[in-house]
Amino acid sequence: MKILIIEDEKELQKAIVASLTKEQFVIETASDYYAAAEKIGIYDYDCILLDIMLPGGSGLKLLEELKELGKSGNVIIISAKDSLDDKIKGLELGADDYLTKPFHIAELNARIKAVLRRKVLDGKNTIETANIVLDLQERQLLVNGALVPLNRKEFDILNYFLLNKNRLVAKTALAEHVWGDSIDQADNFDFIYYQIKNLRKKLQSAGAAIEIESVYGIGYKMRDT
Amino acid sequence: MKLLDQSLKYLSFSMLLVLSVWGVIFYFNMLREIKESIDEGLENYKRLIVRKAQTDTAILNNHEFDERFYTIQEISQSHALSAKDRYADTMMYMQDADDEYPELEPVRMLTTAFEHNGRYYELTIVNSMVEEDDLVKELFREGLLLYLLLLASVLVVNNIVLQRLWKPFYDLLQKLKAFRLGNSKEIPKIETRTKEFLDLQQTINTLLQHSMETYEQQKEFIGNASHELQTPLAIATGKLELLLEKGALKDSEAETIAQVLQIIERLTRLNKSLLLLTKIENRQFPHDQVISINDIVQQAIEGLEEIIAFKKLNFSLEGNTPLTVKMDKALAVIIVSNIIKNAVTHTTEKGRIIIDISEHRLTVSNTAHTAALDEEKIFNRFYKSDASSGGTGLGLAIVKAICGLYRFDVSYRFAHNMHCFQIDFAGKQRNRE
Repeated sequence: MKILIIEDEKELQKAIVASLTKEQFVIETASDYYAAAEKIGIYDYDCILLDIMLPGGSGLKLLEELKELGKSGNVIIISAKDSLDDKIKGLELGADDYLTKPFHIAELNARIKAVLRRKVLDGKNTIETANIVLDLQERQLLVNGALVPLNRKEFDILNYFLLNKNRLVAKTALAEHVWGDSIDQADNFDFIYYQIKNLRKKLQSAGAAIEIESVYGIGYKMRDT
Repeated sequence: MKLLDQSLKYLSFSMLLVLSVWGVIFYFNMLREIKESIDEGLENYKRLIVRKAQTDTAILNNHEFDERFYTIQEISQSHALSAKDRYADTMMYMQDADDEYPELEPVRMLTTAFEHNGRYYELTIVNSMVEEDDLVKELFREGLLLYLLLLASVLVVNNIVLQRLWKPFYDLLQKLKAFRLGNSKEIPKIETRTKEFLDLQQTINTLLQHSMETYEQQKEFIGNASHELQTPLAIATGKLELLLEKGALKDSEAETIAQVLQIIERLTRLNKSLLLLTKIENRQFPHDQVISINDIVQQAIEGLEEIIAFKKLNFSLEGNTPLTVKMDKALAVIIVSNIIKNAVTHTTEKGRIIIDISEHRLTVSNTAHTAALDEEKIFNRFYKSDASSGGTGLGLAIVKAICGLYRFDVSYRFAHNMHCFQIDFAGKQRNRE
């Protein structure tokens, strides 16, 4: 999988590269409008991370060019601007997703995986690992082919872990992803522990060959057993 | 006190003073003129009598005042020679058409002496005079009438003049009253050629222009600063998360990094809240639509149900009367979820939260573990009842800002040991009717 990161802030670019390298992606970078336009014109990418405010021109203009080239549809905009207008404009121009800075690495990872899955697996929308299958269409979990009932949030948590398999998922990132803006105060994150505990129990009793382990008390990591 | 009343007050006082002084001076001058004129008459009368006495000695025996209005008495030579013409005011019984009986009336009396055939006589002549109290009364009445007349004309003139001359001023005032920093784009303008008003307008405009620029700059600064902070925050979060992921850390090191991450998280939330506030103030939420508050409350509760269960809160939705409001959906979600989140965060374990939706209002009450909060400050930015909570201190300020935008009433009260937050969606619109 080839990913292009268009981001003018070098340090952020480095952090994203370091994170995505772990996922075995092939990564290229561009730091300004011209370099990005050139790369877009020459190569095809499975996913493009696009910053809107770039030296030399607007990221939205790059989107227009992508659309003209018929290459749009796998772009994730990463912007410091949490503006609805920009979001709407970006999505209209064919971007797939819009992520506001600052973001958790796990969140970016999940969004990229989601875009890639939509691109590669047309229609068949499942995540398969070890002995489990997570059907995103039907919102069902199958362990060894048997249905394990999950409530809405347990499903979302598991989905997020599967997208970030073997990666650290911070509690705050998890809370933000699953609960959105409903929960945003640090002293409230203890309740997540109980959610994870319930999910662990269900996975264990169903015999799933994956487990969720705690990392330093700051987050969790899902891995095969 | 209105300008009109003020000027009327001063004018009426000064007019009263001028008129009173004028009245007194006028009275004495008048009196003097009258006396002089009577005295001239008496002088003339004296000459006539003295001349008549040369031929008609009978009048020399006229000792009493009768129809002739004079008396003649014989006096000694020495007395006569030392006598001069003396004019005096005195009283005398007289009866005129409107008197039933003779009454004391003021008279002017001339006492003089003359010589006739070597004998000396004293002549006393009287002439009825104007009654002073009548004069005063009359003068007073006329003066009062003049005063009232002047007052009335001043009132009328003042009214017309004030209304015409001061019209630009009142226009400007009206426009200034309607002016809201940040909302009004047009600077108040008036049509006038009066120099003072033009100066006033110029001064106000300069001041407003400056305020508007400062306000815009400040808004822009907060917006830009918040935006510029987003990228560094993203870098810090990313790098630290990657460092943790490496797993080559001692527990104590990881813990420190986790703490730093949490602080960055707090910064991020603070920054987002500031951006949101700026956006609300910039009115960047123009997508008004009809929203069901009931649905939004339901969604907010669903988002919070795990934490409600975790804190073992006694949570109940009491009234659920359908309530729809026309506003931006994102903002509706923010006020509802902020106010409920606030209750959930600040209620201690096993506390009670009651949500009530009535025809116009959303009320969220929660068990208090503190005394009543400061009603004045609770909606202020960065106000925190206890510093230990990880909140931004902006949640309720955001609620207040959104309510301000839509003219909803948001209020706090403390009742039955519960904190009650209420949003009245009909708010000021209804109160204005």
